[in-house]
Amino acid sequence: MRRPLFLIIGLALLSLAHARVEVHQFDSPEQEDSYNKLVAELRCLVCQNQNLADSNAELAVDLRRKTYEMVKQGQSEKQIADFMVDRYGEFVLYRPPLNSSTLLLWVGPFVILVIGVTLLLRTIRRRRAEQSPGVADDTLKTAASLLDTDRDKRDA
Amino acid sequence: MTRAIVPLAAFLALAGLFWYVLGLMNQGEYNPRDVPTQLIGRSAPAFALPDLLDPNKTVSPTDMAGKVWLLNVWGTWCPECWKEHDYLIHLARREGVPIVGINWRDEAAEAKAMLTRLGNPFLHIAFDPNSNAAIDWGVYGAPETFLIDADGVVREKHTGAVNRSVWEEKFKPYFVAAGQAT
Repeated sequence: MRRPLFLIIGLALLSLAHARVEVHQFDSPEQEDSYNKLVAELRCLVCQNQNLADSNAELAVDLRRKTYEMVKQGQSEKQIADFMVDRYGEFVLYRPPLNSSTLLLWVGPFVILVIGVTLLLRTIRRRRAEQSPGVADDTLKTAASLLDTDRDKRDA
Repeated sequence: MTRAIVPLAAFLALAGLFWYVLGLMNQGEYNPRDVPTQLIGRSAPAFALPDLLDPNKTVSPTDMAGKVWLLNVWGTWCPECWKEHDYLIHLARREGVPIVGINWRDEAAEAKAMLTRLGNPFLHIAFDPNSNAAIDWGVYGAPETFLIDADGVVREKHTGAVNRSVWEEKFKPYFVAAGQAT
């Protein structure tokens, strides 16, 4: 029973393994870190829901090479990100900066959450009001006294 | 009854919106994957690349200084480039539009074969197999066509095949204003 599961997991991991094909030599572990961080955070412009690291599109290969060259030249992560934004716009960043045009993107989910929670609370409150029987106080008293007399009789 | 009206209205509104946007996409007026160029109003990025037809020569945007011209990024691997090729030839031969090509990420032999077969609308063709110029121009697909004015400033860009309506609406007014077209 377990074998097919392992097979599926193994196959799933394979797809992760094949994505990056180039082998790069870096001068320092910091450079390698910068490179890995950048290719993970820059978007592939061809297959737009992938980052540069995961994409096999030809432009992505060239943009990875460009990133590698710039890292090797000693440019900072910010310089390289700015270089890409200068050419492709903020869309190239997977984590767009917070500004007026991206405000909805950042705040939108929280606004929707607040609206959802408010609606939920209102519905719960209304349901509770509907379910609780609207019985007048004196009716309740009569009922209680009837129950009491009932019990008195049974106990007697 | 009234309970069903709100979800039904919401569904119909959304369906209408999707239908409308799909219509825009089919007419080519809206492309959700478009990456707007950053170059409008900026000077044309420099490059110096070998000429596809004569590797000893260099092609550079400064060669075109003083006139309005088009820069067309193409490759033989791009189906839309084959589609627009006839129209580029029309522009070059009938309208006298100076067009410089960037042959992007292509095989030189295949690119030359395509030009032999379909004709060559380009004044010069820069050969860019490694995206050196393409990245500087913010190119992400092909074909892409830029309009550069006499001062070397990028004024317009079109993603996708150039056809008559693109020419008349986007590009022609600049050539007319410069006295290069009527």
